[in-house]
Amino acid sequence: MDGYYAWMIVATALVLMMTTPALALFYGGMTRSKSVLNMMMMSYVAMAVVGIVYVLWGWSESFGPTSLAGGLFADPFTLFGLKDVAWGSYVAVCFQLTFAVITAALISGAIADRVKLSSWVVFLPLWVTLCYFPLAHMVWGGGWISTHLAAQDYAGGTVVHINAGVAGGVLALIIGRRVGFMRDPMKPHNLTLTMIGAGLLWFGWYGFNVGSIVLTGDTAAANTEQFMTETGVTFLNTTVATMAAMLAWLAMERVMHGKATSLGAASGIVAGLVAITPSCGAVGVVGAITIGAVAGVACAYAVGLKFKLDLDDSLDVVGVHLVGGVVGTVLIGFLSTSAAPGGIDGLFYGGGLTSLGHQAGAAGISIVWTGVFTTLIGLAIKYTIGWRVTEDDEVDGIDFAEHGESAYDLDGRSGGVRTPIPAAHVKTPATEGALA
Amino acid sequence: MKLVTAVIKPHKWEEVREALETFGVTGMTVTEVSGYGRQKGHTEVYRGAEYDIALVPKIRIEIVADDGDAEDVVGIIQKTAQTGRIGDGKVWVTPVETVVRVRTGDRDAAAL
Repeated sequence: MDGYYAWMIVATALVLMMTTPALALFYGGMTRSKSVLNMMMMSYVAMAVVGIVYVLWGWSESFGPTSLAGGLFADPFTLFGLKDVAWGSYVAVCFQLTFAVITAALISGAIADRVKLSSWVVFLPLWVTLCYFPLAHMVWGGGWISTHLAAQDYAGGTVVHINAGVAGGVLALIIGRRVGFMRDPMKPHNLTLTMIGAGLLWFGWYGFNVGSIVLTGDTAAANTEQFMTETGVTFLNTTVATMAAMLAWLAMERVMHGKATSLGAASGIVAGLVAITPSCGAVGVVGAITIGAVAGVACAYAVGLKFKLDLDDSLDVVGVHLVGGVVGTVLIGFLSTSAAPGGIDGLFYGGGLTSLGHQAGAAGISIVWTGVFTTLIGLAIKYTIGWRVTEDDEVDGIDFAEHGESAYDLDGRSGGVRTPIPAAHVKTPATEGALA
Repeated sequence: MKLVTAVIKPHKWEEVREALETFGVTGMTVTEVSGYGRQKGHTEVYRGAEYDIALVPKIRIEIVADDGDAEDVVGIIQKTAQTGRIGDGKVWVTPVETVVRVRTGDRDAAAL
């Protein structure tokens, strides 16, 4: 299966691109200009921290051979530092590494503009250890959910999106609202960045979904047959669901607010991608379009709820990832068809309520698990090192406070001089260069 | 000497510049500004969140003119920048004591 192996190398690099730079751009454009660098840095730092943690104990805790606590997680020390892991598995390790990274990075959108970089760096390893690796083991690593519920989660509706969505909501609650929330305009400062980010996410998502194929054949010929057919289904479903979600979001906006917006298009794309993530191998074309459309409408409605709840989930991690993840995961119970690679009939295809029960169960367990452990981590950080920068720093802009930089100097007239100025350069003459 | 200052709609700027050049105005200072008048701002909706945006983008033109030309300059700007809709802007004239050309030291009318 040379082709499969080559594809997985490409798919892994595509998913890496989803965090840096795609998610960083998508989120960065939505923040205010005084905090765009910090927002982008949260993604970049998540890449580095979670990536290192993943090869140390993440792979072992997710996919290691020693399942513990009845299948809730695997022993993080069995394969510590990829001990005894064959080189031939390294691409599989890296593929899964990129999933852990983007899941953690997704959370940052809920707590934009106000969190110390140091607290984020402390949070990341704790969160992936207590929330991400266990859920990855439960769903994909042969753990409890996969052995007790025949739930389908092709590429991470539960492990990635419900997980990140709940964590974002919990942290937004614990960390609190930005100064001026509900009073000051906090409109996106650069929607072109957001549009580029959304487009790159869509492109990278083919690695995410289509790369999530697991070969199950007994023979090389059977694996080739599976690879050559299943990838087409997941690719097509990912495509049409995203298109449907974008159109649905724009239609919702047009009806509710009078205009179809570029932010709505970008958001609809992500909502559709989220919803088709668990379901891309479970449904047919009509099912995929339905899931995308439902996700577009549901998420477009859900992003308004934070103002009713007075919850500053700044960039709508709950509204897009939790809601989209639940839509995609639970609709499998209705729209799953045995004609798709997953091979299970849902309610609308004569399969009764079994699949729906399994899907709802997997979603529910994910919500409770990550809700509990994220609360514990969030409170522990709140009452020790603290989460937030000072109110003055937040109002002046976290970019300068945390990083000593500002994102934009468009006309080059900020003024000032480099310090110290070497004596020879106090007055810089226009010369032909040192050797002239 | 008079300073004519105009705040106009951005899309009218090119038309106004051409008309002033035809009249014989040799230079001007132009800045992108934002502000509001009686029309106030407008509303924008982002993911369902509606914001009242107070400031509207405008172009500010500053021209120093001879006393005899100032009224004509005002008239040209007023006629060319007009759309008849709310938010067309304002023009005002202030007295200027003296003008110096930095390169030569010429003063007043010779400096324009």
